[in-house]
Amino acid sequence: MALILNEEAQMVRDTALDFFRQRSPITAMRKLRDDNDPDGFSRDLWRQMAELGWTGFLVNEDDGGSAFGMTGLSQVMEAAGRTLAATPLLSTALMGASLLSIGGTKGQKADYLPRLLAGEHITALAVDEGSRHAPDQIGTTAERDGAGYRLNGQKTLVLDGHIADTLIVAARAGDAVMLFLVPGEAASRTRLSMVDSRNAALIRFDNVQVGPDAVLGGGAIALELALDRARVGLAAEMLGSAQEAFDRTIQYLKDRKQFGVAIGSFQAMKHRAAEMFCEVEITRSAVLAAASALDQGSNDAAALVALAKAKANETLYLCGNEGVQMHGGIGMTDEHEIGFFMKRSRVAEVSFGDTRFCRDRYAGIMGY
Amino acid sequence: MPIFRAAIRSWLEENCPPAMRTFMPENEQVAGGNRAQYVRPEQKIWLDRMAAKGWTAPTWPAKYGGGGLSGDEALVLEEEMQDLGCRIPLRGMGLSMLGPVLLEYGTEEQRQTHIPPIVRGDIRWCQGYSEPEAGSDLASLRTRAVLQGDHFLVNGHKIWTSNAHHSDWIFCLVRTDPAAKKHEGISFLLIDMDDPGVRPRPIRLISGVSVFCETFIENVRVPAGNLVGPLNKGWTIAKRLLEHERKGIGGIAARNAAKFEIPLEAVAKQFAGERNGQIADPILRDRVAAYSMDAHAFQLTRRRAAEEAESGAAPGPLSAMFKLQGTELNKRRYEMLLEAEGFQGLGWDGDAFTPDQLRFTREWLRSKANSIEGGTSEVQLNIIAKRVLGLPD
Repeated sequence: MALILNEEAQMVRDTALDFFRQRSPITAMRKLRDDNDPDGFSRDLWRQMAELGWTGFLVNEDDGGSAFGMTGLSQVMEAAGRTLAATPLLSTALMGASLLSIGGTKGQKADYLPRLLAGEHITALAVDEGSRHAPDQIGTTAERDGAGYRLNGQKTLVLDGHIADTLIVAARAGDAVMLFLVPGEAASRTRLSMVDSRNAALIRFDNVQVGPDAVLGGGAIALELALDRARVGLAAEMLGSAQEAFDRTIQYLKDRKQFGVAIGSFQAMKHRAAEMFCEVEITRSAVLAAASALDQGSNDAAALVALAKAKANETLYLCGNEGVQMHGGIGMTDEHEIGFFMKRSRVAEVSFGDTRFCRDRYAGIMGY
Repeated sequence: MPIFRAAIRSWLEENCPPAMRTFMPENEQVAGGNRAQYVRPEQKIWLDRMAAKGWTAPTWPAKYGGGGLSGDEALVLEEEMQDLGCRIPLRGMGLSMLGPVLLEYGTEEQRQTHIPPIVRGDIRWCQGYSEPEAGSDLASLRTRAVLQGDHFLVNGHKIWTSNAHHSDWIFCLVRTDPAAKKHEGISFLLIDMDDPGVRPRPIRLISGVSVFCETFIENVRVPAGNLVGPLNKGWTIAKRLLEHERKGIGGIAARNAAKFEIPLEAVAKQFAGERNGQIADPILRDRVAAYSMDAHAFQLTRRRAAEEAESGAAPGPLSAMFKLQGTELNKRRYEMLLEAEGFQGLGWDGDAFTPDQLRFTREWLRSKANSIEGGTSEVQLNIIAKRVLGLPD
């Protein structure tokens, strides 16, 4: 396990930080929200990200990717988190690319991966159904129908589900969980308008018929690996958001004057700022360890993933909420950007495992 | 390195007595010195064998009796000792604090005189820093040292001098220029406690034991050659020594995770019951996991700092948090242990409680000092806010 970045990963990080700061600052996210943009992200920007190779980090070289792994992709996602950029990184570059690479037939890979890698094809994983992340409680059914299957059920919080060209649907066929590639327009989709102004959909499958070629291999095992990667990718994004909210708040503590002095001179602020510093750094260690463990296929990877997501949940919550509180009245305004971090924290926390979920998982893996 | 590792391991297997490969209770820790008492003879045998190799201070130069190992080699030694369950042969403030400072700031004569006895465990040192009126505000200390020709005349009153009543020498911060600003009139002095003018008096603590003393210093003559570093420049050395001290205290959580420590998870299962392999009480299980995950993430952070240091990068800001996080986690661990034990976590004495249960209660109380000694958690937060975050005074 490596807890420091090699030169290659540092280069990716620097490129990604520049990219998002220059081309996708928070003002871009605000504009998408205010314009009621039907996509909710910039397709042009997504193609530029694809040109930088970020869509291929989890795809093998034989299939046109670079296999740079989670260590590389989490650097990009952390940078995206810094500017709260709305992108299909998680839905497509991470989960879609993972599942197609792991379980795709030669034909499926040839069909989907070139377009996905080029930034021309969006995928979305449809897994959760109830009020929280519970990948072991899938109720959507896949029943045999001739040579193919018939899908019935409802999925929620499907990231980028409203514009996905292809939905990857987890459904129960008898006792087994299977994955299906379903064209986006085949399902009935409702875009969810959420507090973080990001992109997700509620999706219904009413007797949606798919052919035998729609089955994506790997089943529950591929799903678990893709979800673990998603947890780390999201944790990295959340780390970026926490770091940014923290940096902005520290700057504010130095700039804002009350009683004739910078409010950062007050011990009530200093101690909380120092606590935040510790939490951000500790979270960074956990995220680095989890990404590295996943790339190496270590035995402790699943535990480290649960740890990374739990710490990211706690730390982004802390930095988002302290950010608003320490900014005072201005932090409550829509005009100021600090509030976006707190809103994002609420959504990111419950996505792919809230803290309770992660603790339960960690304890189970550790044998208690 | 594999050859080195194999050599270390076979030496340890041959030389570490079986009795020294068991859990080490608090009262069997070896700190050396003229007043040392050994519960078992193997403690002394193990100390002498390790000291002869210089492995009580593995990275110190061999010419002062140290092991002369590189950082990587010392890590191998530590790993092999942990793996075999070997006890740490010698601990104390000479090893953890004074030695590193003498190696950096001491004269050649001071190193020759004081370092070999530290490595061998012949001399036990204690720390004369805090005073009744100088706790967190350490630099306001008032113990006076007046230079009179070839010696200093020292008068003052130190407190929280850990194990002063078992120690041979004390390293002291003294005021040598009362007219200067408070940080600029302090010197660092080595004092032989053989002098009848040095009188330690143990203080009974909430845990029932007396690891701390107050130490009175009355008209003690100290040779001028016992001054470490320049006159009135002791504060720099004092701060450096505190860094070593904080590293030691912050490492408590790591040491407790060592081979023989009883895991919190097992204690929770024992008292709350077990269902399908899980701690039966879901709330306790969640709290145990929350603690264990925080401890795990902290260990990863220590490791990251070590990797950063090995890669040759400039020292980052991470180490500033170790004392704070390490001690707060250690306190939380004991809170969780007692919470898991329920009624059995309340024992002070007697047969109604197992030795481990009694030990946990006492250690729970002892752990409360972790976030006070060596700079309180509040002081650590101030240091992070100032040095790392650059927040204004």
